[in-house]
Formats: sequence, structure tokens, C-alpha cells
Amino acid sequence: MEGAAVLGRLTWQPATVVDSSVETARVKTIGFDVEGWPGHRAGQHVDIRLTAEDGYVAERSYSIASPAQSTRVDLTVERLDDGEVSPYLTDELRAGDQIELRGPVGGYFVWEPSQGGPVLLAGGGSGVVPLMAMVRLRAATGRDAEMRLLLSSRGWDDVIYRDELERLDGGGLTVVHALTRSQPPGWTGFARRVDPEMLAEVGPSPAERPDVYVCGPTPFVEAVAEALVQLGHEPRQVKTERFGPTGG
Amino acid sequence: MDSLMLDGNAVAGLLQEVFAVEMTAAIGTCAGCGASEPVGAVHVYRGAGIVLRCPHCDNLLAKVVKDGPRVWLAFPGLRTLAVAA
Repeated sequence: MEGAAVLGRLTWQPATVVDSSVETARVKTIGFDVEGWPGHRAGQHVDIRLTAEDGYVAERSYSIASPAQSTRVDLTVERLDDGEVSPYLTDELRAGDQIELRGPVGGYFVWEPSQGGPVLLAGGGSGVVPLMAMVRLRAATGRDAEMRLLLSSRGWDDVIYRDELERLDGGGLTVVHALTRSQPPGWTGFARRVDPEMLAEVGPSPAERPDVYVCGPTPFVEAVAEALVQLGHEPRQVKTERFGPTGG
Repeated sequence: MDSLMLDGNAVAGLLQEVFAVEMTAAIGTCAGCGASEPVGAVHVYRGAGIVLRCPHCDNLLAKVVKDGPRVWLAFPGLRTLAVAA
């Protein structure tokens, strides 16, 4: 499995849209079927290539949201209004349409159930996508690795995978939300950006030597990774994946 | 901190295109400060080309420029690169 997903020259191949679902007002998940897909690891991503009629080519990377499951690959895409690629993916693609895709790529920001726990996942906005692949893989494999997901979103309606996370919460998975800009009436959870105090409260403590995965916009990742090291987490245990404003 | 900074994960596809093997888990050692980090953890800046910098000392580790059918690679600050065999 690991070897199959790691070795070999990358080639672009067609991916056919199977279905799509709305996650939030700005975020959609698009399910693709990719013939001959070798499977992938939780945390890996794919590169997408769109070619315009005049030959202009745009490439972007998107994290895979689903655990390996036959030839299906789910991508969760946030629509950036001034983006070249994401509005096309979220607004224009219909079932049966094809795009070019290559992957899976990446081998650093990945989690294997055999690593066990505890695991801390910290996501900012759509940075939750590769982390969700880890949460789903844990659920699918019936592993009891203790996993905590701290997810920072602007408001309750911006929380990606909100209902599914509510269903999966419990049984060794703890989901904690931080809502940075607006909170629903009666909200008793965190209502600020992720900071060292919040990370200390959510845990696990550095003494438990958790594997930590942090994904989000660069300022989020920088702040969280710095706070974790400040709390005493081993820098080597903290894996990061940043995405920037050049995406879309 | 530069909000345009990314990390080695962002160039995983490009590097695998060149080396035909997964590169973000490869361990690079900085010739400047001697620190070793997985390629996925190094800092990446995109401009006319792609620049990889040491996350500890900001030393220029590597440059990658795509030029039509060729990819130009320079490793001015990389002492070693350990790739899974």
C-alpha cells in the first residue's frame, strides 16, 4: 500500500466527476473517479491541471478528504472569489465532466493508523481537509488511537464537515471548535484564535508525545506550531502543511 | 513571517515529477547550520522560480525553475539529501 502510493513517476490522468456536495456556503466536496488509482495515504494531496481553450494552463494542489477507497478520490475545495481554479471546480463542474489530475503526492504530512495515538490535529478553515482524511481513516479502520481535532473556523456556518464531525465525536475522538469571528447564541466553546492556553487545555500534553498535524493558512500554521513548541512539544513531532493566498 | 511562504508539501508534485520518487519525506541537511529536516518541512517561496529555504537559518537550500520542457535545479545550500531507497 505504502509502496504503491509512493514510488513512480507522476503522470497526469483524467479524473471524472461522480458527484458533489455542499459543505458550507464557500466550500464543496467533489467526488472523482480515477481509473487505475493506486490508493493513497491520509494527508496526501493531488495536483489538478486545468487547460483553457487558448492553451493557458493552471495547476493547483488539493488535499484528499477521503481515506483510500477503490478508485474514488474526494476533494474538498474552498471557493476563492478571485481564484483561477477553485470557482471553476466549485461552480462549473458537473457529474461526468473530466479534469486532469496527478497523484497521490506527499509522504511527510501523512498519518498511518499503525502510528497509534495520541494524535493532535489542528486545522484552520479548509486546513481541516487532510486532517479529515485522518479522522475518517481512523473511523474506517476501527482503530482506537486517541485523536483530538481542534478546528478553527470563522463562524459556526463556516465549519467544514460539521455534521459528520458531530457524529464521529466520542469513542476516543474529541472534536473541539474555536470560532474566531462570530458565535451562535449560547456558544460556550472557544471564541478566539488558537493560542497556547487553548492548546494546553485541549491537550494531549507534551509528556504524552503526541503526533501533531497542523494545517491551514500560513499565519495559522506559524502561530500554532510556535505555540506548540512553546508548550514543550518536540518540534519533530509537529508536522505542518501551509497553504497560502496563491492557491485558488 | 511571510504569509506568502509555503512549505515543501507545496512542491511535492513538482519534485516527484523530477525525481520519480516521493521527496517530501526525504531528509535534507542544511549546509549553513547543519540542521536536518524532511523536505516537506522546509520553507518554500514561489516567484519566477521556486526557492527552498532552511526553516532554522533561512539559508537558500535549493532553487527550482521550470522552463518549458526542462526543469533547472540548483542546490547551493544543501549538504545532503537522504532519500528512501
